Amino acid sequence: MLSKSQAKLFFLGGTIVTFAVFLILSWTSLSNEVPKRTHEENLTPQVVRGKQIWEANNCMGCHTILGEGAYYAPELTKVYERRGEGYIKAALMSKTPWSPRGRKMVAYGFKEEDANDVVAFLKWIGETDLNGFPPKPDLKK
Amino acid sequence: MKYKSQKVAYWFFALSMLLLSLQIIYGFIMGFAHMGFDNLHSVIPFNTARAVHTNLLVVWLLSGFMGAAYYIIPEESENELVSVKLAYAQLISLAIVGVIAIVGYHFNYWEGRKFLEIPRPLDYLVVVNVLTFLGIIVTTLFKGKKRTTTSLVLTMGLVFAALLYLPGMIWFDNQTMDSFFRWWVVHLWVEGVWELIMGGILAFLLIKITGVDREVIEKWLYVIVGLTFISGILGTGHHYYYIGVGKVWLIVGGIFSALEPLAFLGMALFAIAMYRKGEKKHPNKIALSWTLGTAIVSFVGAGLLGLAHTIPQVNMYTHGTLVTAMHGHLAFWGAYAMIVLAIISYTLPNLTGRKYYDTTVGLLAFWLSNIGMLGMTVAFGVAGVAQVYLERKVGLEFGDVQKEIQVHFFILICCATMFTTGIGMFIYEFFKHGRPSDEALIK
Ligand code: HEM
Ligand code: HEM
Ligand SMILES: [Fe+2]
Repeated sequence: MLSKSQAKLFFLGGTIVTFAVFLILSWTSLSNEVPKRTHEENLTPQVVRGKQIWEANNCMGCHTILGEGAYYAPELTKVYERRGEGYIKAALMSKTPWSPRGRKMVAYGFKEEDANDVVAFLKWIGETDLNGFPPKPDLKK
Repeated sequence: MKYKSQKVAYWFFALSMLLLSLQIIYGFIMGFAHMGFDNLHSVIPFNTARAVHTNLLVVWLLSGFMGAAYYIIPEESENELVSVKLAYAQLISLAIVGVIAIVGYHFNYWEGRKFLEIPRPLDYLVVVNVLTFLGIIVTTLFKGKKRTTTSLVLTMGLVFAALLYLPGMIWFDNQTMDSFFRWWVVHLWVEGVWELIMGGILAFLLIKITGVDREVIEKWLYVIVGLTFISGILGTGHHYYYIGVGKVWLIVGGIFSALEPLAFLGMALFAIAMYRKGEKKHPNKIALSWTLGTAIVSFVGAGLLGLAHTIPQVNMYTHGTLVTAMHGHLAFWGAYAMIVLAIISYTLPNLTGRKYYDTTVGLLAFWLSNIGMLGMTVAFGVAGVAQVYLERKVGLEFGDVQKEIQVHFFILICCATMFTTGIGMFIYEFFKHGRPSDEALIK
């Protein structure tokens, strides 16, 4: 039967090996794949400002982006493609809670330039290669 | 209890109980908002409620783990804590940082990254706090007479958890990179190092409750934490399918994360086997229920319900829907909430000297909270599957789908009420035990 020292070896050995593989895979994805898939050349200062506004207001506390966040409001990775710039700016700049389908969004009342930054961020993220996410609704004609 | 300084644990557990109650209140706010009653929107918008709900969860669990360590390490290493004063200072500063963060969330003061909302300046305070905690635990352990496997695994889990907090504090311009490293914290915590903490506490409880030989229990503990890391580290890949980091993770993440339930299965079989093997039965029935309960429910919530959406082809559809919330609830409850409630149930009589070992209220607390949480899981699950179908298959608008599934949140709230009744009883029992007392010392 397995002894305690063998069990310990299994734990330590397994951890070290899988962690090493994990680091190598992470390194190769981050250095080779991510810059291409996310079009890093388009990551302008405006996009970065947009991301800062996105975080400062915890948009992820209601919405998802890249499928991560909360489930109270729509997925926004492809929102630029789906709704276009005008719609998004209207939602962001509205002084009363935006609620096209009943559920309310916080009334941020952003300045136009801040709204533009967020739009730039959403446009940039919409172009990321996500292996096909979000899926196309296959029952829709 | 055998060591005076173990009494510190009580106050960490008391803080846990307080934060758990607050967490539940914010859960109700969100449940009602999902049902269409968002009357609090202008005061506590959904994102505030959510940040408070999930951060309170993490803080009360951490406070519970810390309390567990302050109880277990002296007993295992046969040594008083090196500084009780510092431990109390650490408790108070933890509570203060927590309160500032929670209040800040009501005033748009946060860093909108799921689960890591604590703003950067407060992060540094968290780091200082955790270093103090680890300093006390590690010196107590190494100055003590014994270094048992149980105490080493528990301490290792706590140290790694602290280290893994750091990747979450780096700023990235690129959202994909941001998300990539956010998972080093979130995933590697709950499906990695926290399992060491859980395993350590579980082993301690089993040694005390079943009386099975320590060598046998600790051997299996190594096997379980070995399985955890072997599957869990590369299993991080299940969060990398659709965030823009390459196709290799579809395969690596798919295979290794599908192995993750083995560690939880191991935990369940281990607890049941040791229970059946043990001859001396400890009279603390309530602690026994929670101990076996955590091993079994974590397998269902984390293992089975995790497996249900971890395959890339499934996750493509369920990613970021209420299906995730279903799994998140039962997994956190089974694995981490229940292990904290188990160690509290075991230690309270020892700390206070009052032996409420099988009160009706205590057992009802166990059953009501568990059945309530299972019901909530089903409600989230039904809502989630309907959402996936209508939104991702049929292609209806998000908002229209949410109206269709509102009714499931009524069921959620009914079950949450049952759950809350159970938790209320647990907290009632907690305070009925009274304060820790030196009279409870065993010479
Ligand atoms: C009265 C009880 C509770 C209610 C009504 C409740 C309700 C909710 C709701 C509505 C959400 C937000 C989902 C969204 O983003 O739209 C949520 C999130 C969450 N809750 Fe609870 N909750 C309760 C108790 C708990 C407990 C006891 C735990 C842990 C053991 C917990 C863990 C979580 C977690 C981890 C999330 C984030 C889930 C995710 O992002 O996938 N909740 N809860
Ligand atoms: C106690 C252990 C676990 C806890 C506390 C836990 C909790 C959670 C939480 C809170 C999330 C939502 C994260 C977010 O979107 O930010 C999540 C996601 C996920 N979990 Fe777990 N989990 C555990 C174990 C597992 C296991 C063992 C598996 C696989 C077998 C698994 C599979 C998944 C998957 C695939 C997702 C991503 C869902 C999505 O794409 O939206 N989990 N888990
Ligand atoms: Fe995970």
